[in-house]
Amino acid sequence: MSLELFLQHFFNALTLGSLYGLIAIGYTMVYGILRLINFAHGDILMLGAYFVFYGTTLFCLPWPVAVVVAILGSAGLGVLMDKIAYRPLRDAPRISALISAIAVSFFLESLAVVVFTGLPRPVHQPEWLVSIITIGGARLMPLTLLVPGVTAILVAALLYVVYHTKPGLAMQAISKDIETTRMLGVSVDKIIALAFAIGSALAAASGIMWALRYPQINPYMGVFPGFKAFIAAVFGGIGSIQGAVIGGLMLGFIEIMAVAFFPELSGYRDAFAFILLVVVLLVKPTGLFGEKQKEKI
Amino acid sequence: MTASRENSSSFRNHTLTVLAIVLLFLFLWWADGSMAEDLGLSFLPEGLNGYEVQILNLVAVYGILAISLNIIYGFTGMFSLGHAGFMAIGAYVSALCVLTPDQKEMMWIIDEILPSLAALHTPFWFSVILGGLVATVFALLIGIPVLRLGGDYLGIATLGFSEIIRVLIVNATPITNGSLGIKGIPCHTDLFTSFIWLLVVVFCTVRLLSSNFGNVLKAVRDDEIAAQVMGINVFHTKLFSFCLGAFLAGVGGALLGNLLTTIDPKMFTFLLTYNILMIVVAGGLGSISGSIIGSVIITVLLEWLRVVEEPLNLGFVEIPGIPGMRMVVFSVCLLVIILYRREGIMGMREITWDGIAAFLSRFGRKKENRA
Repeated sequence: MSLELFLQHFFNALTLGSLYGLIAIGYTMVYGILRLINFAHGDILMLGAYFVFYGTTLFCLPWPVAVVVAILGSAGLGVLMDKIAYRPLRDAPRISALISAIAVSFFLESLAVVVFTGLPRPVHQPEWLVSIITIGGARLMPLTLLVPGVTAILVAALLYVVYHTKPGLAMQAISKDIETTRMLGVSVDKIIALAFAIGSALAAASGIMWALRYPQINPYMGVFPGFKAFIAAVFGGIGSIQGAVIGGLMLGFIEIMAVAFFPELSGYRDAFAFILLVVVLLVKPTGLFGEKQKEKI
Repeated sequence: MTASRENSSSFRNHTLTVLAIVLLFLFLWWADGSMAEDLGLSFLPEGLNGYEVQILNLVAVYGILAISLNIIYGFTGMFSLGHAGFMAIGAYVSALCVLTPDQKEMMWIIDEILPSLAALHTPFWFSVILGGLVATVFALLIGIPVLRLGGDYLGIATLGFSEIIRVLIVNATPITNGSLGIKGIPCHTDLFTSFIWLLVVVFCTVRLLSSNFGNVLKAVRDDEIAAQVMGINVFHTKLFSFCLGAFLAGVGGALLGNLLTTIDPKMFTFLLTYNILMIVVAGGLGSISGSIIGSVIITVLLEWLRVVEEPLNLGFVEIPGIPGMRMVVFSVCLLVIILYRREGIMGMREITWDGIAAFLSRFGRKKENRA
């Protein structure tokens, strides 16, 4: 493989990986706090992409405005989702909340089919994002550099919020012990809602970038990125934000590089992530950065 | 005194069971439309039409599938989302077995079919059992590593497994005809076949679950650590239950394939698993009768909901049909059930003859008191 080609694959992997990482953050935040796999997270991603699509085409909003509206709308949706479907089940068995999450995901997908129709829609890519530039012999779109850049900024901002602000501290506290945190006077429900809002906003951001990178959107577009990002979160160690990002990047590299070096495997690309999941869970169930949890009797 | 009473009640229960089965088959005979023909009784009302027969068939097949998921999830407490994968295996194995060599020759156009598979031609009942067995082998392979995981991790891992199966089916063109799927499977699943399978499955699972092994399963579900302390080999129990569920899922998938006469990888996505999960949750986790009631209600509801997709004429206004709407209603139903009635219709209870008798005598006494 020539160096140029390798560079090209490298940047593709970096883009895909940072998208996985961004989505994985939402999973890891919710799972870290509530021990709930938010199945509907991938569908928020899809809705974010659709919001931008309709914002720019139907309401003729300029791109930046549409993006902001979509991200805010998705964040609101995440909070709403928590309030309707998950909060009533806080004290229920965890599996009930999981089924509720499946129902929400199923609902959002079916609703998207009804509202947006099941036809895949082409996404308009702004010219300056896709005009090919050449770096070190590799032909790239500016988009492939923009995505990791935006991801880095968002992750840095998020890390600041979680580790250097009071709500972030509360989030960490909740993930350790929800009852004690409540007794210490933290309004737990608000903090959980905030976690959902942040996670959903990041999902929407990645959905928008996903739609730009792979310019076609459909109501089921979020499902597979969602599953894979969850796997990335498990890989990185669920509950850890850095872990989610690194897990996402590694998953992106595995997917792209495996196909780049062994083209005959391309049909099995979707299976890699799931095989990785099984391997990780067997070898190191806590993931790369996860904390070991003792089972309480 | 007590012994004779027990005897008489068990005799009554057996009689009632046999009677119910006879009634069911009389109904099926009528529904099939062949009763009037066979007996030459022209005064009988006509049997159900093809559409209604198809729904009845689906009820039976979904019943089998729901029971199989209920064994894994409701009775053993393993949250498995791999059902679509097992069903796909069953359906493909069975389809490969029942198709004639000529049909296969014609259908495999991407790649030549493997010669050993092309020559394969077995009776229908054998193909169904073989489908179940192959699904069991896969369950064993995936279960040994994955069942060590708990709770929701298991769900994701099994979901991943079913997606891997789908990817394999798409790519293994010499065996499965890839994404083109298999068409023209002879429609072997008629009313009698599907309901006999359902009855056999119900009978076997009820016997199994009322045995001591059923208690072992429930012990593992309720508290794994306590079960382990009691000397139960938790892992073996889980593996057995997982394989049994997978076997039944394979059988159900095989019946479904033969009922619909065409299968392709797109059919067996996670949405199919969600459908089965919905039936189990609605019927009641840990209740066989709940699973059957659930499959009747959900299957009929799903068909009945087609109304909302068709244009509705109220005389003065015409409401246009909205395609896809029934899935929205369906998912809202699932959400409402899980939020407001988590235990489903039956909870963990079962409908038994004793229960019905007790209910009737209570009901009668109440009436007497009032009078």
